[in-house]
Amino acid sequence: MIWCIITAAITAICIDLMFAPLRAAAMRRRAQRQAKNKMTNEKAYLIKNLKDPKIEKAPTRDGYGKGLVDAGEKDGRIVVLCADLAESTRSHWFKEKFPDRFIELGVAEQNMATVAAGLANYGKIPFMSSYAVFSPGRNNEQIRTTISLNILPVKICGAHAGVSVGPDGATHQALEDIALMRVQPNMTVIVPCDAVEARKATTAAAFCCVGPTYLRFGRSKTPIFTTEKTPFEIGKAEVFREGKDATIAGCGAVLHNALVAAEELSEEGIEAEVINSHTIKPLDNETIINSVKKTKAIVSVEEHQIAGGLGSAIAEMLSQNFPVPQEFIGVHDRFGESGDPDELINAFGMGVEDIKKAVKKVIGRK
Amino acid sequence: MSEYIRSEKVKELEILANKIRQSVIEELVAAGSGHTAGPLGMADIFTAFYFHILNHDPKNPNWPDRDRLILSNGHICPVRYAAMAYAGYFPVEELKTLRKFGSRLQGHPERTALPGVETTSGPLGSGLGQAAGIAYGAKMDGKKFRVYCAMSDGEHEAGNTWESAMFVGKNKLHNLTAVIDRNNIQIDGFTENVMPLEPLRAKYEAFNWHVIDVDGHNIEEFVDAVEEAKAIFEKPTLIIAHTIPGKGIPEIEFDYDWHGKPPTPEEGARFLKELRTLGGKIESEHE
Repeated sequence: MIWCIITAAITAICIDLMFAPLRAAAMRRRAQRQAKNKMTNEKAYLIKNLKDPKIEKAPTRDGYGKGLVDAGEKDGRIVVLCADLAESTRSHWFKEKFPDRFIELGVAEQNMATVAAGLANYGKIPFMSSYAVFSPGRNNEQIRTTISLNILPVKICGAHAGVSVGPDGATHQALEDIALMRVQPNMTVIVPCDAVEARKATTAAAFCCVGPTYLRFGRSKTPIFTTEKTPFEIGKAEVFREGKDATIAGCGAVLHNALVAAEELSEEGIEAEVINSHTIKPLDNETIINSVKKTKAIVSVEEHQIAGGLGSAIAEMLSQNFPVPQEFIGVHDRFGESGDPDELINAFGMGVEDIKKAVKKVIGRK
Repeated sequence: MSEYIRSEKVKELEILANKIRQSVIEELVAAGSGHTAGPLGMADIFTAFYFHILNHDPKNPNWPDRDRLILSNGHICPVRYAAMAYAGYFPVEELKTLRKFGSRLQGHPERTALPGVETTSGPLGSGLGQAAGIAYGAKMDGKKFRVYCAMSDGEHEAGNTWESAMFVGKNKLHNLTAVIDRNNIQIDGFTENVMPLEPLRAKYEAFNWHVIDVDGHNIEEFVDAVEEAKAIFEKPTLIIAHTIPGKGIPEIEFDYDWHGKPPTPEEGARFLKELRTLGGKIESEHE
């Protein structure tokens, strides 16, 4: 009798143990489903939980600084110019590693542009760093004449772009730089979405183009949501999330808000497709057109004036190819002001809730 | 007597400079717009550059070890184009296409349009920085070629010029020699009335440059100054070339009205006669 009970118990335990791995796997899957983003394009290799409150953060300028060192190691022609902002643009990492290839110009952004043009003319690959309000702000004509019209491979690297600069206020928050650079012929314009992508963009830009490139970076710590495996190719937009109801095309750190908005909208039954449009010029027309052919509506998301930036580029392109209703998330014709970065992003209408509203509005306009 | 140029060569270059002035007039009459005074004033210096000073190869304008001549005040390009044509960069007949649609001789020079012009220029104040960038890169790599930058006096009212002057002084770019066309005029009048530039020499010296003043129409003196600059290793050199705007045609010399306008065909014919007869001193086979 006792033996029978023992045997049965052992059998039950054995059976239970046999199924344990399967059960554990099912539980893991369930847990993953709960944490994992719905509809995220697996080929984008994003982090598993976009809404993780403990998401790792770093400013995109950090990615620039690391990318500069990577590029400098690869090629001795890389030189870095800076106008008295080595540390805050993160070009000081290059300076520490390659002091002979770091050129300090002092507070003289116009001269920085012309010297960079000369260095490129001679055969170097110059990166010039400052805040975007000064370069390409103050030195816009020098960039136009001596770099773009000259067709020289100077990399213009604008740090501290957007209202997320924070407490420094309007004078230091570049909101017009994409527009300034996008209208110059021969120019490539790239706005990376996180520090990982910024690093990739910097090294790719080093060897990309016959003409100049504008790279835009932010000051404040923003979520790192792409990974080493996330594809990055200049001129190629990436579908980060698939959806059928509306397209969201964004660039820069606010793209994270777009992805979170899409996750939250999904809970309400709205599936938004989210595209990382990191290259604003040349715009990846094909990826955007293919998406809006499916969704018939688009919301552009950028931390820039809505006039002249990514949203304008998309509107110009779609109006000629496949016109659909569009809503613009960005700064609406005003200057920035002092505050905390997150506070300002929300106050200026670029938060998750703003994007959700815009998606619903654009769907209603179909 | 110069140790760096024979007097026979100086005579040859003076005759050539006169031909280049004639070409400038012909170019401007054909174009119907453009600048007259500056190109005429710089004819002697551009002749000296292209036919004596520069180590260059007109048939191989992108030769990596060539000396670079950067023209900062692009509006005087008719004189550069004429000197380049005579030096063999392109056919002299092409000078007639200046400022015309489809021409390589753009109204202000463009690097990508015409091989040999080195930089795109016109907006003032940005030539010295570009010359500095080239000189800095060359110095990093131990290259031996020299970089020259021709500038106007008027563009010393632009902040960018002084930013660049400070940078060149800081980095002791002795492989760079700048030349200022000190003709005292600009569009709105005499420089010292528009915005005084003097003391120009003292300003550059304060920025750690070696400065030499020369008569910009004395080829021998200019060549000597360029050679002196080569022997100075601790500083960059500036040559202030004192020139006469409109040089060679007395009726327009010193007149700032001629900064930015071309001669009419009638004026052109008169100016050409003036140049061909050396002011009536000789007979011209053309008349």
